[in-house]
Amino acid sequence: MFELLGVPPQALFGQLLLGLINGAFYAMLSLGLAVIFGMLNVINFTHGAQYMMGAFCAWMLLKFLGLNYWFALILAPIIIGAFGILLERLFLRRLYNLDHLYGLLLTFGLSLIIEGVFRNQFGSTGQPYDNPLPGGQNLGFMFLPYYRAWVVVASLLVCLATWFVIERTRLGAYLRAATENPTLVQAFGINVPRMIMLTYGFGVGLAGLAGVLAAPIYQVSPLMGSNLIIIVFAVVVIGGMGSILGSVITGFTLGVVEGLTKVFYPEASSTVIFVIMAIVLLVRPAGLFGQTR
Amino acid sequence: MRELLKVENLEAYYGESHILHGVGFSVGEGEVVTLLGRNGAGKTTTLKSIMGIVEKRKGSVRFEDRELVGLRSNAVARLGIAFCPEERGIFSSLNVEENLLLPPEVRPGGMRVEEIYEIFPNLKERRRSQGTKLSGGEQQMLAIGRILRTGATLLLLDEPTEGLAPVIVQKIGEVIRALKSRGFTVLLVEQNFRFAATVADRHYVMEDGRVVDQFRADELQSNMDKLHDYLGV
Repeated sequence: MFELLGVPPQALFGQLLLGLINGAFYAMLSLGLAVIFGMLNVINFTHGAQYMMGAFCAWMLLKFLGLNYWFALILAPIIIGAFGILLERLFLRRLYNLDHLYGLLLTFGLSLIIEGVFRNQFGSTGQPYDNPLPGGQNLGFMFLPYYRAWVVVASLLVCLATWFVIERTRLGAYLRAATENPTLVQAFGINVPRMIMLTYGFGVGLAGLAGVLAAPIYQVSPLMGSNLIIIVFAVVVIGGMGSILGSVITGFTLGVVEGLTKVFYPEASSTVIFVIMAIVLLVRPAGLFGQTR
Repeated sequence: MRELLKVENLEAYYGESHILHGVGFSVGEGEVVTLLGRNGAGKTTTLKSIMGIVEKRKGSVRFEDRELVGLRSNAVARLGIAFCPEERGIFSSLNVEENLLLPPEVRPGGMRVEEIYEIFPNLKERRRSQGTKLSGGEQQMLAIGRILRTGATLLLLDEPTEGLAPVIVQKIGEVIRALKSRGFTVLLVEQNFRFAATVADRHYVMEDGRVVDQFRADELQSNMDKLHDYLGV
């Protein structure tokens, strides 16, 4: 078997795929955070818990209602998004005029409560969720499991669709304008508070969707979100808070960087993202794609 | 002439500070009316209170016999009133055409985009540029142009000539006269009364949050001294 840079190709491409999968989740979650931050000025620390809820929602739909993965893919994001809208109406709405820190503390507290409730109910070991697309394809240089390919493709599609809606449509123009000057957009006749509420619901729904996609790959466990969210926040800091395309590109890129680090210097694989974050913060404090405001 | 807008005993507050102390005036359908006054007299606050952007207000603002006090700004806009802010409010994340198309149509009968480009040919040439890359004059034209599409019949213009070169001020004057001939009603806030005199039918003078005087266009010349006094020019 030939080797590439002293590494067997199976290991290289295997880690590359793993990196892409992780990157897909980083991208989807940081995209949701960016959309929410842009519109609400709230750093949504509950995002990890909402991702976890998405996975649990899929698991419960299957276990209690017998609804399979494909139903869950549609239903869970709607349910989790509706839950987000409830949180927005009850709590977040009161914080818009305050410092970012209040939103961060509130959402952090909410995520502790949500995770606590799930841990109390389901324990922390995690529930298995059957792979809806078993099998795979041997590509010669590596084995490609169908489900993992689907996750990468689905995530890319969702990210592209979100980008398209925000950057290229009428609705997106309202969103971008309201991010800049909500008072004036409202004075043009647009119900901005409702738009903000729906935006939060959408961002949270995106986290829920990521959770469903994750369910067959990772164990469905109450802590799956908090394990991931710290890295996602690093991704957001690197990409720049509030940049849509930036968060997508940074998410996928950092996933791949992390994967490659696992091949070439495994000791650094869990810290490489944070090292990059530190460097970016020193060189470009607003992030690679961010604008200082 | 039918009375389109009637403001009575309007009081408005920014937080704890009481800005308007019982403003009263009216605007007839198809008229161009100005609010003149020094800085801080309450002119902009009056426009923002009509629009519902300043939410803490008392008294009465009636538009086509509907009470506006108590409505939020999006509901006011839907009744057919459009606001062009002093700072112009061009969105930097939108290009010129997106800025132009942003305000939703609130009533049928608004101007078509092509008609607006005819009035402001510069905007058509630069329609793919970022909104805030335009010159001050072009931004002002964009800010006025985009509210003509919506079908709103009452336009609230806040100091459209501020900081612009004389030739652009002239152009804006032409535009306002053209809007009047198309049947728009305009309530204009101005500090530059020389400009206001060229476009308006009537003038109200504001001082310390009240309307203290009013003139018809033909009374302006004979009251120059008084006006100079009011405006401190």
